[in-house]
Amino acid sequence: MLTRLSLAAVLASVLCLTACGSSSGTAAPASAGGGSPSLTVFAAASLTETFTELGRQFESTHSGTKVTFNFGSSATLAQQVTQGAPADIFAAASPATMKTVTDAGLASAPTVFVRNTLQIAVPEDNPAKVASLEDLTDPKVKVALCAEQVPCGAAAVKALDAAGVKVTPVTLEQDVKATLTKVRLGEVDAALVYRTDVIASGGKVRGIDFPEAGQAVNDYPIAALTKAPAPDLARQFVDLVLSQQGRDVLTKAGFQAP
Amino acid sequence: MSLHAHLVVERPGFRLDVELRAAAGEVVALLGPNGAGKTTALRGLAGLTPLNGGRVELDGAQVHRLPPERRRIGVVFQDYLLFPHLSALDNVAFGPRCQGLRRAAARRVAADLLDRVGLAGHAHARPAHLSGGQAQRVALARALAVRPRLLLLDEPLAALDAHTRLEIRAELRRHLAAFDGATVLVTHDPLDAMVLAHRLVVVENGAVVQTGTPGEIARHPRTDYVARLVGLNLYRGEADGNHVAVGEVRFSSAERLAGPAFVAFPPSAVALYRTRPDGSPRNLWKATIDGIERHGDNVRVHLHGPIALAADVTPSAAADLDLTPGQEVWAAVKATETHVYPA
Amino acid sequence: MPWPLLVPALVGLAFLVLPLAGLLARAPWQSLPQRLAEPLVLEALRLSLVTATIATAVCLLLGVPLAWLLARTTLPGRRVLRALVTVPLVLPPVVGGVALLLVLGRRGLAGQWLYDAFGVSLPFTTTGVVVAEAFVAMPFLVIAVEGALRAADQRYEEAAATLGASRWTVFRRVTLPMVAPGVLAGAVLCWARALGEFGATITFAGNFPGRTQTMPLAVYLALETDPDAAIVLSLVLLAVSVIVLAGLRDRWTGTA
Repeated sequence: MLTRLSLAAVLASVLCLTACGSSSGTAAPASAGGGSPSLTVFAAASLTETFTELGRQFESTHSGTKVTFNFGSSATLAQQVTQGAPADIFAAASPATMKTVTDAGLASAPTVFVRNTLQIAVPEDNPAKVASLEDLTDPKVKVALCAEQVPCGAAAVKALDAAGVKVTPVTLEQDVKATLTKVRLGEVDAALVYRTDVIASGGKVRGIDFPEAGQAVNDYPIAALTKAPAPDLARQFVDLVLSQQGRDVLTKAGFQAP
Repeated sequence: MSLHAHLVVERPGFRLDVELRAAAGEVVALLGPNGAGKTTALRGLAGLTPLNGGRVELDGAQVHRLPPERRRIGVVFQDYLLFPHLSALDNVAFGPRCQGLRRAAARRVAADLLDRVGLAGHAHARPAHLSGGQAQRVALARALAVRPRLLLLDEPLAALDAHTRLEIRAELRRHLAAFDGATVLVTHDPLDAMVLAHRLVVVENGAVVQTGTPGEIARHPRTDYVARLVGLNLYRGEADGNHVAVGEVRFSSAERLAGPAFVAFPPSAVALYRTRPDGSPRNLWKATIDGIERHGDNVRVHLHGPIALAADVTPSAAADLDLTPGQEVWAAVKATETHVYPA
Repeated sequence: MPWPLLVPALVGLAFLVLPLAGLLARAPWQSLPQRLAEPLVLEALRLSLVTATIATAVCLLLGVPLAWLLARTTLPGRRVLRALVTVPLVLPPVVGGVALLLVLGRRGLAGQWLYDAFGVSLPFTTTGVVVAEAFVAMPFLVIAVEGALRAADQRYEEAAATLGASRWTVFRRVTLPMVAPGVLAGAVLCWARALGEFGATITFAGNFPGRTQTMPLAVYLALETDPDAAIVLSLVLLAVSVIVLAGLRDRWTGTA
């Protein structure tokens, strides 16, 4: 009981510092805008560019509506949602992270809206002359993978297993962007990252397709949350993401249609 | 091991320019008021303050271009500066260690020196646990441990209380007598200087104003500062045969002199009268009492008139005369106690 | 006791201590023993202690002379130099890590030469962890030691010189012992900062169990999937640092 109370006290004071400008300590972002409707979207970090674009489009067709994003690691976001963060929509980079939210009864019937596949990312000049997954087994080739705890790491393990290839990485990075940075700076010779991240790097990193990537397709589910402060807007935004218009934005960034 | 130095140090608004000599075994005291440049001179000798000119010679060898650690000049600092993290023994052993002795050998040297200054029982005490007098002796032992060619002491007794001072002063005199090198001592206390030194060098405003044995200086002060130090009334006047004129006052003199001359006499040589006394009109003038204070067993009376003056009278005489500030009296000086010497 | 001091003091204390209480309250006490015995935890703990200690040693070796340079010499541009020394304090550690990569990485300005000449590459090695930790922690040591040097009475050094001590002997036998409490305080801060280092380490040295995965990295990754494990790891880190720091204070500085 005491623990609950003390935790609640700390949380309340922190929340109050960051969020509440009004007299109410429970104000949600939906009502914080002072009347104008607002929508809060929690989305996986790999969706940063595309969802920002979709958010702009949504705002232009829903004049006066403000779309706020919280991009981050899917696992972290899922935790924030289950701890009661006031979100309307959750878009995850893996079904597993979505499952923690649906299991908590905070979302139902998520829809897979895109899939992402892995590519071998190499520095522009490809110093180790990597051409296939097989090449990554060479002990002289320095390889970076995502840590298994994050979706791109889980996908990499799946792909490598499917190919029957054993790779000893020099590092297990905390997220896909960090992994890509190591490639970009030439500190590693190759890494397994998402196709979309290679495209987003704007040519600084080269992507090499490999057949086993099909074994480790990553599905991105999206769901409007059951406790969404703005349920109507939430549904409309999910519809936009699933529409042809949304799909165009996503595929341009390297995502594949499910 | 003799010292011959000419020290020039220039700072904005201050210039030190001092000649200094000290023979082997001789103790020379640099005496002067605060800010006269005594400590600067000492630091110049030790190499802690760079010289803008001049030189420092020890036994004819120039050392003023050497850094302090290569001059072999021992220094006892005013507040001793014993290393707080080392025992008394290791403080004294520090110098010998730096000269290349092994730890055990250096400690033997140190133990011997501590024994000589009577602190064998405190060898393992940290400086924080030593009394002022003990710390002073450790500092002396530490400075002597490097077998210095020249020993410098900066106000060696200033940090001590009156009682300890008496004891340490006598002891220091003994240790300095046993030291065969030259010693230069800085002090503003005339008693320290007189007791400890063979020769005094009086410094004022960065320049030497007088040198001589304590006796010479006490008898024939040449500046107000020295005169006050040794407790004399001092005036500069013009001598003409057996008289010296100081303003309106004429002093008679036993010696014949001509030209600028000093007149000096102790306050006890002054007699005060309520009415003009009969007899010799010389050495007599009218003065006004400024203040009265106790001075030892006597009463010291400060007066002004044609010349400023301090006079000592016995308490009974003071009572008889019924002296009060502002009162006018006649002052007379006994000719036999007046020293007259060329300026 | 004046309340304008007391009230903010208590609020401040609560602010610092309550999050710890949160960790303790949420710790999975039942499964704690078996979680602690996991090789991954012990490995990360060992690596953290070893690298933080070596990093502190490196900081002492380089930082004390640097502090001396800043405190005791009249170099031109010393003010700028002092400001530069504190850069790692204000730089986000992740940026510090990137900066280290740009200089000491395989393709970095100096790292390239190291790699070509000796085949040495610091990223993804335990040495890299030490480098990242030392980079971030060194300012704490330098600032503490410089402060101690400035506060120390330089006349003791003069006294040592008159006793025949060379500059180096003066530093070793007089200056250093006299500023020892400051050096110790700096080293403790430095060690604590190195122990908690995350951003620069994961960026420069990467994350690989047993080689570069220190406790903070393990905590961060555990947080992704298993918050309970993260809490356990944090508690271990906390307990070890409290024990070490409290022990050091009592033993070496005599202040309980």
